[in-house]
Amino acid sequence: MITAVELGLIYAIMALGVYLTFRILDFPDLTVDGSFTTGAAVASISIVNGINPFIATIFAFFIGSLAGVITGLLHTKGKIDGLLAGILTMIALYSINLRIMGKANTPLLGENTVLSFLRDRQLLGTWTSVGLMFVGCMVAVLVIVWFLRTDVGLAMRATGDNEEMIRSFGVSTDNQKILGLAISNGLVAFAGAIIAQFQGFADIGMGIGVILIGLASVIVGQAIFGQKFIWIAALAVIFGSVIYRLVIQLALDAGLEVNDMKLISAVLVVLALILPQWKGFGKFAQRIRIRGKSVEPKETNEVSVDA
Amino acid sequence: MLEITNLNKTFFPGTVNERKALRNINLNLAEGEFVTVIGSNGAGKSTVLNMVGGKLHPDSGTVRISGKDVTKISDHRRANYIGRVFQDPMAGTAPNMSIEENMSLALGRGTFRALAPGVTKHKRERFVDELASLELGLEKRLKAKVGLLSGGQRQALSLLMATFSGPKILLLDEHTAALDPQRAALVSRLTQEIVERHQLTTLMVTHNMEQALRLGTRLIMMHDGQIILDLDAEQKAKMTVQDLLHEFEKIKGAQLDDRTMLQ
Repeated sequence: MITAVELGLIYAIMALGVYLTFRILDFPDLTVDGSFTTGAAVASISIVNGINPFIATIFAFFIGSLAGVITGLLHTKGKIDGLLAGILTMIALYSINLRIMGKANTPLLGENTVLSFLRDRQLLGTWTSVGLMFVGCMVAVLVIVWFLRTDVGLAMRATGDNEEMIRSFGVSTDNQKILGLAISNGLVAFAGAIIAQFQGFADIGMGIGVILIGLASVIVGQAIFGQKFIWIAALAVIFGSVIYRLVIQLALDAGLEVNDMKLISAVLVVLALILPQWKGFGKFAQRIRIRGKSVEPKETNEVSVDA
Repeated sequence: MLEITNLNKTFFPGTVNERKALRNINLNLAEGEFVTVIGSNGAGKSTVLNMVGGKLHPDSGTVRISGKDVTKISDHRRANYIGRVFQDPMAGTAPNMSIEENMSLALGRGTFRALAPGVTKHKRERFVDELASLELGLEKRLKAKVGLLSGGQRQALSLLMATFSGPKILLLDEHTAALDPQRAALVSRLTQEIVERHQLTTLMVTHNMEQALRLGTRLIMMHDGQIILDLDAEQKAKMTVQDLLHEFEKIKGAQLDDRTMLQ
């Protein structure tokens, strides 16, 4: 149970990355499946080669960002559809990840990692480590909320909200998308690096389906907590990620196998997307809003504008 | 201020749908001039606006702003000099962001956007002042999401956002056409006030002849990719909608005759 919460909090960093692209930029970025593994691979290989684990993890962030930049360039300069651009980078990264690691699996047994100080004191799997990870997540939320309220952050949000409009105020939406994808995939790779150190190895297949976990966290979290303000939306992602892990844990406890997890993820996302469309879920429908099919806000607060 | 020289544009060249949208358009706007553009559908009014705005690029010809050739410069880089209001009231604002955030986006025109806070106390005071000039009470709803506003309010806000951050040129593309008559009158009045206050060089496309005559200091009529009538303030003041319609029929008829002759 506690391990599920720990996992949820680490994956929450990845989910925040997915939130940036999926919600803020309105860009369905599938690069994530590749860049998550890239982060794990880069950090693991660096650590095995004696680099300080903290530096290795930060290094993973930047290499992940690079993957995001490539997807961004394919989409904006190469005029490739966003979904396809992400898939192309993701597939290409599979080979690159194998090149980075040299083999399909890099064990970190006995290596010094960012979690060593917890592991050595046998604090992993306790509420102490949950508390520390929660603090880490809060720092990430604070930084993201701060960023989204800066001049460049506002421009990024407007890029996802009304591209035509923000161009008319002199913003290059291409650059905003590339920057957003870079930060997003940096966060995803960072989470991948931490997960590798948490589980003690990096594996070529560990990124498969990560996008679904990210989407599930964003959609489920924001369906429950809403997204009225940026900080609520970002916090909701953290809680969504933990809730997702708890649901998975319950499913496993109920007798489903680890191999069924991808199916459970998919079903969870489908439910979170479909249920709100049914009557009786009206309240959730507005919160879960997917752009393009959004429920138009009602003009209830209209003030008279008589000339 | 704005010089358009020998502008040509053909859509879908070499296909059965080939259409000459602009035929050698020449137009000079002096600083502070407010030109209203009328003409039938497909006359090329919006095409001219999009060429100036940078959304479309001409096949030949140049667009200059303050003497600087901007023909090949992309739309978002031209936006430093150009404010735009679109026909669709939803197009000029970001619906999921608050009024103050939208204002901040507009204020950023021509600046490098970095990591300074988007909305500060200082900026907010300015936004309140600017919004108060609309007299719609929006200055009391800074935190409200723009998506909650009515079409008229959103279009008034779009107009304010397009103008208060100091562009040199204002482009209005039938910006009152999608509003009911009352709101259209409001936005129309605000347009006049704002253009006068900021002394903006303005190009306004409209379908409403009455509005075209009432607003602005000069009127041009377009037909089939050409400017067929150019009235200065004095001539414009004497015109009525009937005169305009008559003029339009006359020129259109003449052109048809020419073509018939050629065939």
